[in-house]
Amino acid sequence: MTDIRDAVATPAAKPGTPTLEVRDLHKTYAGIEVLKGVEFAIDKGQVKAVLGPSGSGKSTMLRLMALLEPADRGAILLNGKRIGAEDRGGRMHHYPERRLAVERRDIGMVFQRFNLFPHLNALENVALGLTSVQDVAREEAKERAYKMLSRVGLGDRDHHYPSELSGGQQQRVAIARALVLNPQVMLFDEPTSALDPELVGEVLDVMEQLADEGMTMIVVTHEVRFARRAADQVTLFDSGIIVEQAEPEEFFENPQHERTKQFLRHVH
Amino acid sequence: MLFDPEIFFQQLINPAYLWGALLSIAVAAVSLIIATVIGFFIALGNTSKKPYYRGPAAIYTWFFRAIPALLLLLIMWNALPQLIPALKADWYTPFIAASVGLGLVESAFMAEIIRSALNSVDDGQALAGRALGMKPAAVMIKVVLPQAIRTALPPTGNEFIGLIKYSSLASVISLRELLTTAQIGVNITFRYAEYYAVAIIYYLVIVTLVTLLQSKVEKRFAWSSRNAPKRSVRTLGTQTVAVATAASRRRAADEPDETAETDDELAAREAAEAAEARLEKKGATE
Ligand SMILES: Nc1ncnc2c1ncn2[C@@H]1O[C@H](COP(=O)(O)OP(=O)(O)OP(=O)(O)O)[C@@H](O)[C@H]1O
Ligand SMILES: [Mg+2]
Repeated sequence: MTDIRDAVATPAAKPGTPTLEVRDLHKTYAGIEVLKGVEFAIDKGQVKAVLGPSGSGKSTMLRLMALLEPADRGAILLNGKRIGAEDRGGRMHHYPERRLAVERRDIGMVFQRFNLFPHLNALENVALGLTSVQDVAREEAKERAYKMLSRVGLGDRDHHYPSELSGGQQQRVAIARALVLNPQVMLFDEPTSALDPELVGEVLDVMEQLADEGMTMIVVTHEVRFARRAADQVTLFDSGIIVEQAEPEEFFENPQHERTKQFLRHVH
Repeated sequence: MLFDPEIFFQQLINPAYLWGALLSIAVAAVSLIIATVIGFFIALGNTSKKPYYRGPAAIYTWFFRAIPALLLLLIMWNALPQLIPALKADWYTPFIAASVGLGLVESAFMAEIIRSALNSVDDGQALAGRALGMKPAAVMIKVVLPQAIRTALPPTGNEFIGLIKYSSLASVISLRELLTTAQIGVNITFRYAEYYAVAIIYYLVIVTLVTLLQSKVEKRFAWSSRNAPKRSVRTLGTQTVAVATAASRRRAADEPDETAETDDELAAREAAEAAEARLEKKGATE
């Protein structure tokens, strides 16, 4: 019997090295600087919740961390090893897409709008990464996909297509799809923002379970309750930089920065 | 000279018509295959961000959109063998010349259909595939194409029907397809009404069959657990490309543009990027 623990990070680096780290991350879109030097690190088994106003660059940070888009400047390190790009002759050189694809395999990503593949049923959605990325044989992939679906409570929905699942179920399939590849870190981009309120709980439950089992997670969210309960640290992100970072209790009860106090007044 | 049912029925079962009909379908099918393959790469070029892919693709589309099919067929059959002696050989038949000629003309239109179908696939799809660690080719083949094919099927069916009709142009290069068969009969007997009526019947039957086939194929792309077959959609996808390989022009030339506008709102930056990466890969190996 597999449990989610099996999916949690395989080897890693020396103690003290963060699982994922970004240094001085910059990104500009159409002349507008969206990331202005983000410094962020997460250790193995840690859960970090990222809060912040709309348009502040949270999704951009996650997309860059997941190597889905090139950074303009800065470095991304997985277990202390730089990924995505290298410096050659003082200039940043991004790796070609095929190499990035390989490096992405250690990083799982869950999107706000689920982005399940509509032409595949739930089981095939979860199995696709195994067969096409990890070259797992079809039958074994289906078996592992089925187990992972069962772990997120959808063992009875394996032959349903995304259009036949509720939003909460779709997002759980999306989590299983990322998880089945044994990523070292999972990135969540507002995983419950597109859900009807009554469906939020089932997704948060799965994520909390995952956190309890030791998965390394970065969760961009507006769910204060989740941040309080599941996160080891809460981060306020604003206007392209990290403003404040603290343990949940401290963050919510005794924020240090004026910007954080302001933000929390809006959320509460 | 009244309509003589006897002549009509006699011709209806004349094997020459059946042969002509099969030839029309075959020319249409082969040229649609050619057009789909070329059209796919032209569509990738058109959606590329790199000018050195976009330019040639645009010139190709511009050229073959402008050339009348009839002129191209005449060039294929009369002019090319003069320029390329190898084409004087026996294997270069009117069938091949017609299939390639119509395929080239058609490819400009298929490129538009395929481009708009690729664009209609949500950005998030390729993004999710890439996030899983899939390489550009896998993202294209396993994620984007199966969804694009569903969008491209209806207009491609129209193109196939159009190509069956356009195959009659190949009479100028002495291909005995359906309409030419009727015309030859007319030239001998002057029984216009009866011979043309037979041709009408054949065209009606062919188009009816194609329409039935098309709706059958489209049903397989319903993506629902109720009527979906056991096998994965991916295998069906390849099957479909093979089956629906052939097609029309004017009407369809307008259609994809209409869909393209609404689809563009959804946009396909990711699909384009994946497509581009594919081209990049090709370029890199050269
Ligand atoms: N691909 C892009 N092209 C141009 N601008 C972009 C792109 N992606 C993001 N932006 C801009 O960057 C800024 C930050 O966007 P981002 O999606 O990262 O914010 P966010 O913090 O995730 O907001 P939200 O809470 O609304 O999701 C926005 O102003 C957005 O318009
Ligand atoms: Mg966002």
